[in-house]
Amino acid sequence: MATSKLFFAGSGGQGVLTMGQMLTYAAMYADMNATWLPSYGPEMRGGTANCTVVISPDKPVSCPLIYEADDVVVMNLPSLIKFESLVKAGGNLFVNSSLIEQKATREDINVYYVPANDIAMKLGNARTANTVMLGALVSVAPVVPVEMVYKIMEKTFSGRKAHLLDINKTAFHAWKAV
Amino acid sequence: MSEKVLMKGNEAFAEAVIRGGVRFYFGYPITPQSEIPEFMSRELPKRGGKFLQAESELGAINMAYGCGAAGGNGFISSSSPGIALMQEGMSFLCGAEVPVTLLNVSRGGPGIGSIQPGQADYNQVTRGGGNGDYKIPVFAPASIQEAVDILYEAPEIANRYRNPVMVLADGLMGQMMEPVLLPEPKPDLTSADIPKVKPWAISGSEKGERSVVKSLRLQPEVLEAHVEHLFEKYAEMEKELERVECESLEDAEVVFVAFGTMARLAREAMELLEAQGIRAGLIRPISLWPFPYAAFDRISDKTRAVVSVELSMGQMLQDINLGVKGRVPVRLVHRVGGMLPTSIEVVEKTKKILEEVR
Repeated sequence: MATSKLFFAGSGGQGVLTMGQMLTYAAMYADMNATWLPSYGPEMRGGTANCTVVISPDKPVSCPLIYEADDVVVMNLPSLIKFESLVKAGGNLFVNSSLIEQKATREDINVYYVPANDIAMKLGNARTANTVMLGALVSVAPVVPVEMVYKIMEKTFSGRKAHLLDINKTAFHAWKAV
Repeated sequence: MSEKVLMKGNEAFAEAVIRGGVRFYFGYPITPQSEIPEFMSRELPKRGGKFLQAESELGAINMAYGCGAAGGNGFISSSSPGIALMQEGMSFLCGAEVPVTLLNVSRGGPGIGSIQPGQADYNQVTRGGGNGDYKIPVFAPASIQEAVDILYEAPEIANRYRNPVMVLADGLMGQMMEPVLLPEPKPDLTSADIPKVKPWAISGSEKGERSVVKSLRLQPEVLEAHVEHLFEKYAEMEKELERVECESLEDAEVVFVAFGTMARLAREAMELLEAQGIRAGLIRPISLWPFPYAAFDRISDKTRAVVSVELSMGQMLQDINLGVKGRVPVRLVHRVGGMLPTSIEVVEKTKKILEEVR
């Protein structure tokens, strides 16, 4: 299997870094090689946040830095404007259409509009928007096995956070491509 | 063996030195390594150790000097400008033969520079900024696992040679997460063990002889003999500590030389070049001092250029040229200031270089 390069962008607090981490954990649990690289610096303080995940099923990840991505998730408008160009030709772009009214401009990529915040609100927890988005990504691009995403959810949402497990699992499957 | 865990570089580095026997941390926060003092302040007290936030980098290195002189396994971490402030202390540590483990999570310079990744500390860490004749072994890992393995071993190397040992990572590695297998913790070095394991240390033993740990030697003949002694040690280190990884040097048209994260970028550039029918190899120095000069003898007759991929204006070129000895043109592909090249950029620049040297 080939290496998958993924990129997640949004504003601080949208769970962008967490999405990437969940995926990296799931890859590790599936005995794959993976790297997670966040943007760091002044942008962490209230600006845009982004992270890069590289998953390599059978050999070590050559490089944690990317020049193009197979899959890009954008959670807000500035991220769409800035990172639409990062998607490689034939790759996938996931747009959080709850917050981004604008459409993507490229025609050589697959664009999926996911109303992540609206779906999360309907489920009763606005903070699961990132899980909706992660589920959308994995349903289109199965880069990690779903059971391994469950495994990290079960570890994350335990103890005092145990009540959040079911809603996150539901959120993960809440969107399907039409 | 335990199972793999996903850890942020900085936290994995800190955990690795604790497992390697470090119980004393002295530091002053600086981006991009502030997770290390944070982790140490939380973990060391639980594991029989002490965390001390110094008033400055000068304070930190001199506290480590005192700790090491008393026989403790001390650890210092900082980033480029902070490491610069510690250079005087490093000269003293070498002169007084005090073991300390050092970690530099480097960033852009000169001066306060930027907080983004950089490798322009090459000269600072391999040549040293302190006074006098001294050397500090420097290891530059390229993955978090390799960093963990080296940091786990570093306190032991420092103790064996009674000399500081440095690990050089860049800001990117400090912030990145990657699955790692953590080594088994080494047994604690107790106060009762110190007089036995480190008989030279100022451990308050009642053996009747004074232990003296100092760098001051006013009599010229005494200091000369001491410096000669240090250099016998450094000659041993040159034999024992040189580490390098070579890949695909046979038939390589172009050989990359890179350390740390840039070696991983070069590895991807190799794959991309290969797909275009250009064979590329890699020499990855893991020890920057001692530098693996001999590895360059393995460059084949088919190689038309050696390309250093660095986040500096070419600080490693001097060592590469000493290894290449003029047999092949040596060129540089670089970015600085916290900017990072992409592997595509490295490929394009390398193809241009190959046209120029044709």
